[in-house]
Amino acid sequence: METSFRFPAPSIVAPIVILALLACIPLVGSRFFIYLVSGILVTGLLATSLNLVLGFGGMYQFHHAVFYGTGAYCTALFLTKTSLSAWVAFVSAPVGAAFLGLVIGAVCVRLSKLYFGMLQISLGSLVWAVVYRWYSFTGGDDGIHGIPLPSSISGGKPAYYTVLVTAALCFFLLHRIVESPFGRMFQAIRDNPVRCEAVGIPVQRHQLIGQVLAAAFAGIAGALFVVVEGSVFPDMLFWTLSLEILIMCLLGGWFRFWGPMVGAAIIVCLRTYVGAYTEYWTLILGVFLMLIIFFLPDGVLGMAERLTRRKAKASSS
Amino acid sequence: MAEGVALQTVLQQLLVGLSRTTILFIVASGMSLVLGVLRIPNLAHGSFYMIGAFLAYSISTAIGSTMGFWTAVLAAPIGVALLSFAIERGLFRHLYDREHLMLLLFTFSFTLVFSDLVKLIWGSDYRSMPVPEMFQGSIQVMGLTLPLYNAFLLAVGPVVAVGLWLLTQKTKIGKIARAAAVDREMVDAIGINVQMVYSVVFVIGCFLAGLGGALVAPTQNITQGMDHGIIMETFLIVIVGGLGNIWGALTGALVFGLSHAVGIMVVPQFAIVIPYLAVVVILLFRPRGLLKSIW
Repeated sequence: METSFRFPAPSIVAPIVILALLACIPLVGSRFFIYLVSGILVTGLLATSLNLVLGFGGMYQFHHAVFYGTGAYCTALFLTKTSLSAWVAFVSAPVGAAFLGLVIGAVCVRLSKLYFGMLQISLGSLVWAVVYRWYSFTGGDDGIHGIPLPSSISGGKPAYYTVLVTAALCFFLLHRIVESPFGRMFQAIRDNPVRCEAVGIPVQRHQLIGQVLAAAFAGIAGALFVVVEGSVFPDMLFWTLSLEILIMCLLGGWFRFWGPMVGAAIIVCLRTYVGAYTEYWTLILGVFLMLIIFFLPDGVLGMAERLTRRKAKASSS
Repeated sequence: MAEGVALQTVLQQLLVGLSRTTILFIVASGMSLVLGVLRIPNLAHGSFYMIGAFLAYSISTAIGSTMGFWTAVLAAPIGVALLSFAIERGLFRHLYDREHLMLLLFTFSFTLVFSDLVKLIWGSDYRSMPVPEMFQGSIQVMGLTLPLYNAFLLAVGPVVAVGLWLLTQKTKIGKIARAAAVDREMVDAIGINVQMVYSVVFVIGCFLAGLGGALVAPTQNITQGMDHGIIMETFLIVIVGGLGNIWGALTGALVFGLSHAVGIMVVPQFAIVIPYLAVVVILLFRPRGLLKSIW
């Protein structure tokens, strides 16, 4: 995590081509494939929002899922319990998640590294326990099912385009944040918090802002989950999901902007395809993860970069 | 008179809560040991606890009666210890200099593998193990009725605590382990085989997880999700108590177990919320735990 990394200037072309290809999927793909890609986009957005604080901020964000779940529950509760416009429900997701991020962050940023992560896990577990037991309000361990969505965004294709447009917008914003002066400062704090503090950067305030932003984007991912699935359940706030997202960041490579997205795509595909053959897919995931930690600590993108660099070196010499 | 009855129920609840605390303490002390000396936040600890419970079930049903229970309580943790020895020697050893996040994820990958292995071996149904004949029935303590098995658990807790204290404070290996926790390089430099000390500490820690699992087996259903349930609790106990501190694990377990017992009496629906709340309140004021952390 100490290696300093500078995000390479992205070509404008590649994202547009990918976006265009993704927009074409509903025209050719099966319903299952559309569903799979929406799942990857939602999970990828969630993982990328975690990586804002994890990879670029160097914060031990151990319980990121709690913001995702909060966003999803905000949307679900507004849609089922009130007769307000659906827009309010969707806006409530990032707002609610960001507010929780502010509260948890304000408490946690006083600490660093492992202690930060542990306090966050305990606060997150508290939120999970409340949601898990508050039957009359959150549906307890059953969750909430059959959430009434506006017809313009529900079902196969409309849901897919909602997810795609929102996720694309979020990725654009996240990328701008990472590239902004704030993002640069954030990375400087990751690399050397003590020196940053010494030259007068308010380290804790930056970490708090980062936390709130990451939570807001996780909340949006949660709202998108509601759009795709039409239901929420307390497992969305459980710590095992948080670790799963951490794995995605690690797998793809957490010093690259698109690393978590790649990791999310690999894990969602693995779960879908391997899970179809065997019920023991977590066994395979576990072994897979061990191999990664042993042999690819930079993640898939890190390895790809190393390989291409080596090839470039070989051809130039 | 009514007050007397109420007081009695309160004490009764607290006693039952205390025996649950014993289990939490045994499991948490093992985790604390590993975290303190090896600096591994071992999420697989919960899996060892679950494996201990399943092993105890298999052994006790194979042998049967009270004899089966005693064999299970001894053999199941030893089985877990052997497993952990293999893992430490084979895998963890190579990763000690990685950062915490990597180690955390590495141990998490073990929880994934173990949960499926347990499903493969024991199936996905839950199991239950009867309370051994010797401990059936209950005893009267100062007018309170306490199931005999809970009384047994209450007796085991202090034995483990004192045993661990003797081990870490009075034996040579315990002293070396504490030294290695503070300054590993220095211990290495004076010619002590730190690798071996690490192995021993890791195995003892996992033995305790297995012991906790074996002891809890007669009191609840032995299920697939046991590992996830216990791990967050022990993790929080260890933090609240102070990382790596055995007495901290005891304090943390008391906070967790007793606040849960109080929660059951006051707000039954949110009983599981209360311990988390207690932990959060404590960490707000003492973010590094109640007792001195050895880090």
